[in-house]
Amino acid sequence: MKTAEEIFESLKTKFSEAVITLITDKPVEAFIEAAPMEIDKVCLYLRDEEGFEFNSLMNLSGVDDANGEKVKDENDNEIIKGGTLSVYYHLESTNLKHKITLKVSTDRENPEVASVEEIWRTADWHEREAYDMFGIKFLNHHNLIRILMPYDWDAGHPLRKDYQNPEFYKGMKVPY
Amino acid sequence: MALKTEEMVLNMGPQHPSTHGVLRLELKLEGEIINDVIPHIGYLHRCFEKHAEAMTYPQVIPYTDRLDYLASMYNEFGYALAIERLMGIEVPERVEYIRVIMGEFQRIASHLVALGTYGADIGAFTPFLFCFRDRERILHLFEITCGARLLYNYIWIGGLSHDLHPDFIRKSKEFIKDFRPNLKELNELLTYNQIFIDRTANVGILPAETAINYGISGPSLRGSGVKWDIRRNDPYSIYDKFDFEIPVGTGEKGTAGDCWDRYYVRIREMEESLKIIEQAIEQIPQGDVSSAIPRRVKPPAGQIYSRVETPRGELGYFIISDGSVNPQRVKVRAPSFVNLEVIGELCKGHMVADVIAILGSIDIVLGEIDR
Amino acid sequence: MGLLDKQFTDENIIITKVDDLLNWARLSSLWQMGFGLACCAIEMMATSASHYDFDRFGVIPRPSPRQSDVIIISGTVTLKMALRIKRLYEQMPDPKYVISMGSCSNSGGPYWEHGYHVLKGVDRVIPVDVYVPGCPPRPEALLEGLLKLQEKIRNESLVINKKSA
Repeated sequence: MKTAEEIFESLKTKFSEAVITLITDKPVEAFIEAAPMEIDKVCLYLRDEEGFEFNSLMNLSGVDDANGEKVKDENDNEIIKGGTLSVYYHLESTNLKHKITLKVSTDRENPEVASVEEIWRTADWHEREAYDMFGIKFLNHHNLIRILMPYDWDAGHPLRKDYQNPEFYKGMKVPY
Repeated sequence: MALKTEEMVLNMGPQHPSTHGVLRLELKLEGEIINDVIPHIGYLHRCFEKHAEAMTYPQVIPYTDRLDYLASMYNEFGYALAIERLMGIEVPERVEYIRVIMGEFQRIASHLVALGTYGADIGAFTPFLFCFRDRERILHLFEITCGARLLYNYIWIGGLSHDLHPDFIRKSKEFIKDFRPNLKELNELLTYNQIFIDRTANVGILPAETAINYGISGPSLRGSGVKWDIRRNDPYSIYDKFDFEIPVGTGEKGTAGDCWDRYYVRIREMEESLKIIEQAIEQIPQGDVSSAIPRRVKPPAGQIYSRVETPRGELGYFIISDGSVNPQRVKVRAPSFVNLEVIGELCKGHMVADVIAILGSIDIVLGEIDR
Repeated sequence: MGLLDKQFTDENIIITKVDDLLNWARLSSLWQMGFGLACCAIEMMATSASHYDFDRFGVIPRPSPRQSDVIIISGTVTLKMALRIKRLYEQMPDPKYVISMGSCSNSGGPYWEHGYHVLKGVDRVIPVDVYVPGCPPRPEALLEGLLKLQEKIRNESLVINKKSA
């Protein structure tokens, strides 16, 4: 049983401060922020190292932080330029009964995150969903295709805050 | 001379009587033996997460009903719990008791559908009718309480929409008294039926290690012999006050983690739920059920991952609040979504007919897979 | 108005119109396609199960569209699913009927506004005979919808093609 602070202290000996940061100022849950290209190494370490044994990935979710600049495009629709997209990982150890939240933030224009699919098989579909909904590319994922939306959907990634729905899809009117 | 063979692709669904909704499975076959199963989902993608971002916190509750529509009460329960934890609301004790009673009744109702349709999938139609007969009585209890049969909007943030109906306790007791013999009857009819055992024992064996790595939860995980139940391992609400067992699969008729084990765990869970309801009905205190409902739901900026044990497994809500009246992000960690992922692994090497048995034993609901 | 009105008292002879006979035969054994989409499918299952007993009206679920007379669209139709539903409908032999069950398939229901992947009404891809409102409709409401469909069939005629009239 370890708290987020203890886990962070132990992680610091293995990874430098540039890779991980502990964030505690938000209420309810403290979490560790990591660099998007190093997340797979952090996760592998957390899974295999004795004393952590995070054998279960409870949840993986993409988030649109919507912290960029809001501008109008040529059709007068509001779009977001710059800012970040994030991915949250909720890990749990079923043996030691402790939990930790990891977060990575990546550039909105070209979002790329290292995949953890090899570490927990359950991440496969979660990552596909995050790709489908937010367009976050998980590097080294073996089959990163859309999962919920149709495979030929070309109108973008719907859970982004500035998503615009198309008027028609295959001859069917989409808006009400 | 060896005959030239090639892999055949068979498409199952989205319209298929046994896929429990609009699931499409792409089967790669060698004769009747399955090489691989590729699930294609999203045929019921109803944009829940987009709706949640556009609604205020209480307005999201009716949408959570429609995620896992066989266990609506539990979806509301999990959502309300997450927001209460985020806002730090203390819920009156009577509310907690009613929530547990409703949740456990919902678990029984959901398992009854799962088991009834499982029997029907495999070729035994009569248990389906028996299960629905009992389920109707539970729905009647819900209906007298909140007026709806399937999608309730009953559990609100900080409280409940209505108090119990004056007849509720009496009718619950009657139901429990009648249901125990019915469960025994179901066991005689289906569980220990040799044809049923032949179809399900030693089919679709899920080893515990694989199950954890795939993130499987709920009866599917417990069928593999892992004693893991969030009601016990990460208690929420008042579950720590009740005395109940966590049934696990033992490989009684075949190997631990086969379809029969997953099936039987559900049967025994219904008995445990009855026990919890009986205890809760005995202990339930008087009080007001709406005193803690906040006028304005506006959680502080922050984030929470909160989970409950629904009839299908670990239902998690990951909610990010930016301090306004709308959530910034609501992600649902749906148990069926995660549980379905393992189907390729389970089906490999089995026959085509076994796919139905394996799929039914995982007990998926497409509403929460596709959201 | 039924068949038996024109029955002779002592012979096994019944006089009726061809229209009435055909309509009676059609409306008394509407085989539905065993096909569920979403929440409403559970209520549809409950309707065919013990308590409400759809069989009373001659409604028996058939697994194949080629054997069915009526398709009950029970739930939210998404864009991904819509073309499959159209294909299923096209595979059904004439005469065929459609019951749209629940708000979602009537008009998009609760998903009408932000549902970027929801078809706002199944009548955008296939013609609908009876709309059953509710979210979800109670089994009684579905039964009422079926009775409405039977009433519609009872007034059909071979002579006047309703679609061209």
